Amino acid sequence: MARSLKKGPYIHYKLQRKVDELNKSGKKKVIKTWSRASMITPEFVGYTFAVHNGKNFIPVYITENMVGHRLGEFSPTRNFRGHAGTKKR
Amino acid sequence: MPRIAGIEVPSHKRGEIALTAIYGVGRSRAVEILEKIGLDPNDKPETWTDEQTRSVRRLIEDDYQVEGQLRTEVQLNIKRLMDIGCYRGLRHRRGLPVRGQRTQTNARTRKGRKKTVAGKKVAPRK
Repeated sequence: MARSLKKGPYIHYKLQRKVDELNKSGKKKVIKTWSRASMITPEFVGYTFAVHNGKNFIPVYITENMVGHRLGEFSPTRNFRGHAGTKKR
Repeated sequence: MPRIAGIEVPSHKRGEIALTAIYGVGRSRAVEILEKIGLDPNDKPETWTDEQTRSVRRLIEDDYQVEGQLRTEVQLNIKRLMDIGCYRGLRHRRGLPVRGQRTQTNARTRKGRKKTVAGKKVAPRK
């Protein structure tokens, strides 16, 4: 079920604070985060987030098209390399 | 056979069914359209007057997104997902199910015909 509009999009409060700071200072810095469930809002556009995938931080550069998706969608948690014996293309 | 929204040619079936031949019109939309015009969903297109056929055509072509236009939009949506590199886009790229379905078995619609792997162990029979 979709989230209630009344609550607005979910963004982890600490992450929101960091984005606000960056917006105020106008600096560009990579923000490390574990908050994969946080929704990407228009304020995030242009920043790079390092999103944790359980092992590493995957750098994600936010473009306009990504608004409304969640950070975790851009940081895959599984890495399928193919089955043993199957030749790579 | 009336031509509606391009090449569509529904015919001697009940109006409600005939309209579903159009991509983007299913049962509920078909009924909705016929109701708006004041036609009985049971009446077949061959019994419609030219006037009625014309109003059906106008209504569908002006108020609904159907056929090519709709197909393009769907394709663009998929392309967007692939371009931004999100999880759903990756699944589209690999031709695997997008909405979290299992893939150990089934998922044949997305994966296509079975590709048998040579030398794969079969569970021993007891």
